[in-house]
Amino acid sequence: MTIGGAVSFAHVALALVLAPFLLSVINRTKAAYAGRRGQPWLQPYYDLGRLLRKGAVYSRTTTWVFRAGPIVGLAAVGTALLMLPFGRAPAVISFQGDFILFVYLLGTARLFLVLAALDTGSAFEGMGANREVLYSALAEPAVMLGLAALAKRLADPAVPGLLSLSALHAAMTADVWAAAGLVVPLVAVAWWVVLLAETSRIPVDDPTTHLELTMIHEVMVLDHSGPDFAYITYTAALKVWLFGGLLVGLLFPLGVGVPGLDTLIGVAAMLGVAVAVGVVEATIARLQLPRVPQLLVGATALAALAFVLDQGGAR
Amino acid sequence: MTGLLDAAFVLLILTTLVLLGSSRIRLGIRVLAVQGVVVGAAALLLPNHHVTLRVVVIVLIGTILDAVVFPILLLRALRTARVERETDPPVGYTASILIGVGLLTACLWGMKYGGITLPHEGANPLELPVAAYTVLAGLFLIVARNNALNQILGYLMLENGIFLAGLSTAMEVPLLIEMGILLDVFIMVMVMGVALFHISRTFDSIEVGGMTALTDWPDQEDVGK
Repeated sequence: MTIGGAVSFAHVALALVLAPFLLSVINRTKAAYAGRRGQPWLQPYYDLGRLLRKGAVYSRTTTWVFRAGPIVGLAAVGTALLMLPFGRAPAVISFQGDFILFVYLLGTARLFLVLAALDTGSAFEGMGANREVLYSALAEPAVMLGLAALAKRLADPAVPGLLSLSALHAAMTADVWAAAGLVVPLVAVAWWVVLLAETSRIPVDDPTTHLELTMIHEVMVLDHSGPDFAYITYTAALKVWLFGGLLVGLLFPLGVGVPGLDTLIGVAAMLGVAVAVGVVEATIARLQLPRVPQLLVGATALAALAFVLDQGGAR
Repeated sequence: MTGLLDAAFVLLILTTLVLLGSSRIRLGIRVLAVQGVVVGAAALLLPNHHVTLRVVVIVLIGTILDAVVFPILLLRALRTARVERETDPPVGYTASILIGVGLLTACLWGMKYGGITLPHEGANPLELPVAAYTVLAGLFLIVARNNALNQILGYLMLENGIFLAGLSTAMEVPLLIEMGILLDVFIMVMVMGVALFHISRTFDSIEVGGMTALTDWPDQEDVGK
């Protein structure tokens, strides 16, 4: 296991501070498309502050599982953040096979959110939990197969094992990128769909909907209030950062080799992802619920295609 | 060259997956037209043969049939049959995509470990598996759909795969045989168009599943009408 340098720690701090800002960028992009001015740039931070000052209300039917849900979720996603390389620097923690832990930490966060929703005993929340689990079960193979395809593509006979996010991030140089061929576009499209699904965005879920029959993520968190809801909102923002970081960090060799400048380029790329999410939300209608699995299976098919078609060894 | 050929193969695979996963017949016809162009481009890019006038003529005729003539005929059939989509196929659309990926994996695996070698020097390792996959996916589409138009689409996909397989396995492309095959396919589409017209005029739909209930027994008249 290797521990990253001061730059890596600075990147985690940056992610913790800037993640809610991505939500703001998405919102402003949508507002610009609709011809509105949009909310203030710092609105997500005000919202978090307001929620944190409030008290939490707990139903008598809930148990400790309900209270643990938001905390475990935030802890798991925060830990996953430690493994995300950013701006040509390795992650804080990296070791062989860390991307498996990365994916399963996100799985743990989801498990506890779902358990907390089921713990309320509400039929609506059970329905939301059902959908969340179905969709993420279909999205997870796409992430894993994409990572496997990248590891296979970038594998170097001299240095065995590229089963680490940081190693993949470092191996994706401009030369390799140009020679990587079709793996990059196929995985990029697959991960883009996964990003939209995992962060509950259109066309899979609509973060602004409050119609019970169509909600997925929102319906699960209806009973959370005060600081608990602040944790959940913050976790959702961190997930946007995580999946965006996966997409731009592992697939595109953005950077010039100067530490500070690379960080700036990385942040700019994340803002670009947020703008793209906003554009998708503003221009595409939501899919019918039965069509969503088809989209996610399509993403998995693309990632599988990248994996099986590749003959290995760009270096 | 190799990059372009790989891109063509991936595009070909993606078009087959769209055909397997989409319920809209109009979209399917258009995607099949694109697939015809992609197959033509792949045939010209194959490293097996020199691009001679003969090959260009064969590919050009095949592409014109696939990309222009068949879509026109099929869209006309679509209008007379007045259907837009197949709602309840024997194998669902999501399952079909997964089966498609499974077929592709099986073809690649079979090619790698089956001990099949192509007679050409420096043949692309993808060309035969992708051709075999296109054939199998076309066959699967015929089996997994009840709508007669979708079955025609499967048949044309099958033909695309056979065209590619022929080009990648044969050392020389025999002009007469290729012409014969293209003529056969052309006549098939015409005949199927006429058959479709008759089916849609006699019955309300072109779902062929209901035809198993047809019978000659006089006491069961009006079955299927």
